[in-house]
Amino acid sequence: MSEIVPSHSLALYLCLAGCVAVTVLPKILPVTFLRGDSLHPLFRRWLDFVPVAVMSALVGSEVFFYEGHFNCGLSNLFLVVSLPTLLLAWKSQNYFLTIAVGLVLVILARASGLY
Amino acid sequence: MEQASSASPAVVGIKRALPILLGYLPVGFAFGVLAVKNGIPPSVACAMSVLMFSGSGQLMFAGLLGAQASSLSIIAAVGIVNLRYLLQSAAEAPWLTGLPRLQRFLLGLGLTDETFAVHVTALQKGWARNLTTLFVCNHLAQLGWVGGTVLGAFCGGLVHDVRPLGLDYALPVMFLALLVLQCVSRLHVLVALFTLLLACGLKYVGMTQWNIALATIIGAGLGALLVSRRERHE
Repeated sequence: MSEIVPSHSLALYLCLAGCVAVTVLPKILPVTFLRGDSLHPLFRRWLDFVPVAVMSALVGSEVFFYEGHFNCGLSNLFLVVSLPTLLLAWKSQNYFLTIAVGLVLVILARASGLY
Repeated sequence: MEQASSASPAVVGIKRALPILLGYLPVGFAFGVLAVKNGIPPSVACAMSVLMFSGSGQLMFAGLLGAQASSLSIIAAVGIVNLRYLLQSAAEAPWLTGLPRLQRFLLGLGLTDETFAVHVTALQKGWARNLTTLFVCNHLAQLGWVGGTVLGAFCGGLVHDVRPLGLDYALPVMFLALLVLQCVSRLHVLVALFTLLLACGLKYVGMTQWNIALATIIGAGLGALLVSRRERHE
């Protein structure tokens, strides 16, 4: 019983405190304590590729897993919408426009009853 | 996105934050709705957006709470998903060299996938670092995140399902747009494709929490290796 988290209880707040800690610590520790000018060149080179790598890992696991399951077919709305959105992002290099068009396409696809 | 070098640093920060704000409002709203549906009091949901400021971590917390997971397993899952912040924070460190420790700490608090990506992209394109721009952008982004959460947590009862509003696609499309901005060379595109496939493969075989951090470590390693090899040949 003590394993389950009831809402509005001490357990909820303790769990929340733990989650805040494991979220904030990874954000602040390296940037606060790592001396950026004394890193090994190979490590710096590796760090240079972290942004593109993180983002592509996130895109992959969001877009190819629709509603919790791996899906690389036409029934995956996120995948179908992401193709024209990707093209738009590439051509326009416009972050704002890309997000707006992507969201509108999802709304239209669902409103049309196709998805 | 920001060519005008004559614009004041605060204006540059606002311009940089606006697209993030546009994405955070709906995702924050979706989190607020989901949190309250899963038994988190609205005020606590809003406090989470102030203290955690992490879309994936907070959504995971709400989802697992609704699924009756144990406290420890929730903390472990959120911690593993957030390992990528460790990598991003380390990647930001070289760009913040020379700043006082307190300011680096405060900039670390404002780190998210999105703020990290826009700042590092600008710095890689030669933007001269400016603290006002960094802080204005981070705080505006968080304002959007908390604002969306407040709306979702207190008015979310009016919405039965966030799917017709496309809110579940807000996070993926933000990642997609940021990824494209990161693909500045053929090598970056190669690293992106490799990491994307690897993250999908790892998730497919059941690694649903570690996949992001592990794929990132290996994918960035491939990039570093290829750059080193190319320099040795030149």
